Parts: sequence; structure tokens; C-alpha cells
Amino acid sequence: MSNHTEIRWHGRGGQGAKTAALLLADVAFQTGKYVQGFPEYGPERMGAPITAYNRISDTKIRVHSNIYDPQYVVVVDESLLESVDVTSGLKKDGAILVNTQRTKEEIIPHLRGYEGDVYIIDAHKVSMEAMGRYFPNTPLLAAIVKVAGIMDEETFLREMRASFQHKFASKPEVIDGNMKALEMALKEVH
Amino acid sequence: MGKRERLSGNEAVAIALRQINPDVFPAFPITPSTEIPQYFASFVANGQVDTEFIPVESEHSSMSAAIGASAAGARSLTATSSCGLAYMWEELYIAASNRLPLALALVNRALSGPININCDHSDSMGARDAGWIQIYAENNQEAYDNMVQAYRISENADVRLPIMICQDGFITSHAVENIELLDDADVKNFVGEYEPEDYLLNSECPMAVGPYAITDYYMEAKRAQAEGMRNVPRVVEEVAKEFAVISGREYGLFESYRMENAERAVVMIGSAAGTTKDAIDRLREKGEKVGLVKIRLYRPFPADEIAELLKNVKAVAIMDRAESYTNHGGPLGADVMSALYRARANALAVNYIYGLGGRDVRVEDMEGVFRALEQMIEEGDAGETYRYLGVRE
Repeated sequence: MSNHTEIRWHGRGGQGAKTAALLLADVAFQTGKYVQGFPEYGPERMGAPITAYNRISDTKIRVHSNIYDPQYVVVVDESLLESVDVTSGLKKDGAILVNTQRTKEEIIPHLRGYEGDVYIIDAHKVSMEAMGRYFPNTPLLAAIVKVAGIMDEETFLREMRASFQHKFASKPEVIDGNMKALEMALKEVH
Repeated sequence: MGKRERLSGNEAVAIALRQINPDVFPAFPITPSTEIPQYFASFVANGQVDTEFIPVESEHSSMSAAIGASAAGARSLTATSSCGLAYMWEELYIAASNRLPLALALVNRALSGPININCDHSDSMGARDAGWIQIYAENNQEAYDNMVQAYRISENADVRLPIMICQDGFITSHAVENIELLDDADVKNFVGEYEPEDYLLNSECPMAVGPYAITDYYMEAKRAQAEGMRNVPRVVEEVAKEFAVISGREYGLFESYRMENAERAVVMIGSAAGTTKDAIDRLREKGEKVGLVKIRLYRPFPADEIAELLKNVKAVAIMDRAESYTNHGGPLGADVMSALYRARANALAVNYIYGLGGRDVRVEDMEGVFRALEQMIEEGDAGETYRYLGVRE
């Protein structure tokens, strides 16, 4: 990983793209990085397209603009591939990660000629198997950490467990499901 | 020892308030400031503060209740944004004219309409003549540090004026970034206990607050208010010096960034100043003499000090994140240009309106502003001095 990574998330309101970006900032912070995680809101309603951003750097981050030329893009909702130019500005030596039940070959024609690496994960399957409910952001968080090489898997899982123990202090029964989703996602993303 | 953390600007301000443990916090929610009372309410519920938290029915009431509490002798505050500030309008003047040192955590957001939840400075700029001290932040760290310093400034016996601690809506309020927090005990010691001189609950010395002033007295009251304001810059600097001792972080009336031998300068307020610093570093690497003056204290306005800094530049762009419909620029533009005139400075000056309703400002945009300044110098003329940045015409 270079010393400054920029990631753009595309999701729909209510799917947790913002939360995923904040969790990624959180876990990268734990490894001593300078981080930014922030949402860009359009109309405040469920289902509207939203964008969230991450900067992760070895040096202090001062810039406060959105990200236009990311190394990585995460598409939380594949229906956005038709309506939003998700690969806009995406660097050729970067990668796009799409949450889909389709194959990579089926997805690539929808990426408007993007020449970089394409990764997919079926976050629905992972989420349902691990947690019994559809929370796409947990598997996608693990998948992008792996794709972007933000930290080694062991450190990631250790830090996430600590983070979940803090976040879900009042409902510890959900921690194992979330951890299972992360572990499965690290294996499933390809 | 401070603590490394990662927090949004709203959470950072809420934590500063927990550490300050004010007496009374009336609040009414409005995006993007809502999280401040929301986090604070959890501190109240958890018994981490003994503040009287009052959920009220409007911003008119939240400011009224904060004023009442302050007049009674309590350390009080509220938080708001945009139309919430507009709804406090008459109370802002009441707080200032009664010399009540309460605080307002303002998260800057555009005023309607069209309705917009994102950042610009139209809310607080509209309130710039209300008699409040206004301090602005570039990032979550500064928002936190400014909140910690707020009461030391407002409650100073030579000042006794309300203080607005401003940060950019969403851009810093909702962005999680690295931050260094102070120890609770250090903040507590730094802020100290509030000991009001005159207050309503003092049965030894009954008094009236907010009585009618006939023509024979009104002007003297306003002059006394202006005298309090005149003392603000000195107090801001004194408090900043003490703050540096506990934090290691230095503040002034403004921040001067790479202004040594600068020929072209930008003057601006808020989060876009960080973006501008990146643009300056890029241009300085190419040998270009460019710099930034970032305003921290906007009311009162440190005109002489800023003019002194800008006196020797060849061209300056003043960036306003608010319109004021004068047909020749925004509020910061007017302040800086009159300062330059009084200092008989010869710099070519231009005023940009930018970032309204959250319109994004990129490093490239600010490089473009410096290029425009270069062109002004080449032509020896400022050209159109009232410009818009990044707008579709």
C-alpha cells in the first residue's frame, strides 16, 4: 500500500456505506495511520444514492474536498452501476470492488471500460449466512481491507473484535455473527 | 498527557463540553449540529456531567433559556445551525447587550433557500454584527481546542461577551479524523470555576437585567459593549498562550501559512484553508511565492494585524463562503479590503464567493485562484474584483 490511499464508496441511503467508511477509518487509525472518513449526503431519504470517502495516510491529512481520483471504489449496491458513473476518475492501477451475486464476467461490461482490477463479493450471501440478516457493509469492509491491502488480516480481525466489543457492549450476541461475516468475506472476495 | 483519538468534529466539541461540564445546556436539534446535544445528552444520562440539560421546543427558546441561565449566574450554552441561528436572531443581540458570556457551538450550514443542509457561512456571517465573539475552525482539532478556550475568553472581566465557536457543517462536523484530546483534569483546571460578578440569583445584591434604556443611556451602553469587544484580541492571545502550555498547540488571532516572502496570498475562513495549504505546498515546490492567512477570530476583526501581514504582497484573493448582496463581494472581502485601504496597502485585491451550499473546493480550484492572482500581477490590474469560484454560469 502506498503512503496515501483514497477510497470512494457508492451506496444507497440506509445500506451503511457511511458506517463502513467510518469503521474503515476507525480500524486504520488503530494501526497508527492518519485517517479521514466522511459522507456526502444528497437528499436525506432511504434509497437515495450516497457517497462516502476515506483517506488513509502516513502523514497528516489537511485536504477537505471530496475524492475524485480514488485508487479504490466500493459499490455497495450494484443497481448504481446503471445510474452512477462509479468508475469516474478511478485510477487504472487501482481496483473496483462490487457487491454482486453475478460473476465478474457479467459485471465487467457495466464498468464503462474500466481497465483496472475488478473484484466481486456476494455480500448478501455472506451476511445472511453469518448474521441471518442483510448488512452488506460488514462483509464489504473486510473485502476492501483485503483488496487495498490496508493491513494484515490478523491485525484487522483483532482490531475489529475490539471495536465490536465496544460498539455492541449492550448486545454481545451479535459480535460473533459480525466476526464470522468478516472472516467469510476475507475468503470470498475474488 | 493528551490522548490520540479519531473523532468527528461534532463528537469532539461534545467531548470538550463534557470536560467543561457547564451548568445549563438548553437545546433544540437541527442538522448538522444535532449530534452535539445528542452526544451530550448521553453524558448527562450516564452521570458524566451534572449539567442541567433542557430539551426545549425551538431555537428561540434554547437561546432564551441559555440567556436566562447566564443572567442567573450559570455557565450556559446551546448549539445550532443555519435556520436555527436565524430563529435566535433577536436573542443574539439580547445576550451580547446584557454582557452575558454564554457560548454557542455553531455548526455552519447554508440558510434557506433553496433548502440545503450543507456548509457555507451564511448563518454566522449574518450574525456578525450581533455583538458576539466569533471564532472559526479548520478541522475537528481546532473546533475542540476553540471550545476549550471559549469560556476563558468570554468570561474575562474585560470582555464579558457571548462567544460563537464555529465549525464547517458536515465537512468537519461529520468527518472522522485524527485528533488529540486533553486530559479531563487539564481542561477542568484550564477552564476553572465560573464566578460571575453580578447575577440574578445573588440575593445580597438585587439587580435588573435587560431594562429599557432611554435615548440618554442607550448609546453609552453600546459604547461600553464596543469597549468589551476592543479587549477581545488581547484576551484571545493571552488565553491561547496558556492553552499552548497544556496542549502544545499554538493559536493566534489568525494563522499565517507560508507567508514569508509571499507575493500572492489567499485569505479565508474554515475547512477549505486546509485544502488551500495543500495547494500552496504544491506551488511552493515549484518556487512560487504563495501563502495563506486563515482567519480564526472574525469578530472582532483583527484588521490592523492582517493588513500588516498583507501590506507587502502583490495580489490577494479574499474568499467568502457567504454572499452579502452588495454587488461587490462578501463580508470578509469588505473587512479585508477596508483594512488594506486604512493601511495604505497597494496589493491588488479580489474577492471570491465560493463553496455556497457545500459546493466542493478542490486543491486544483485553489491553484486556479493563485493562477488568477498571477495574471492580475502580470496585467497590473485586478480586473473584475467580485468573482464566483466553481459556479456554472
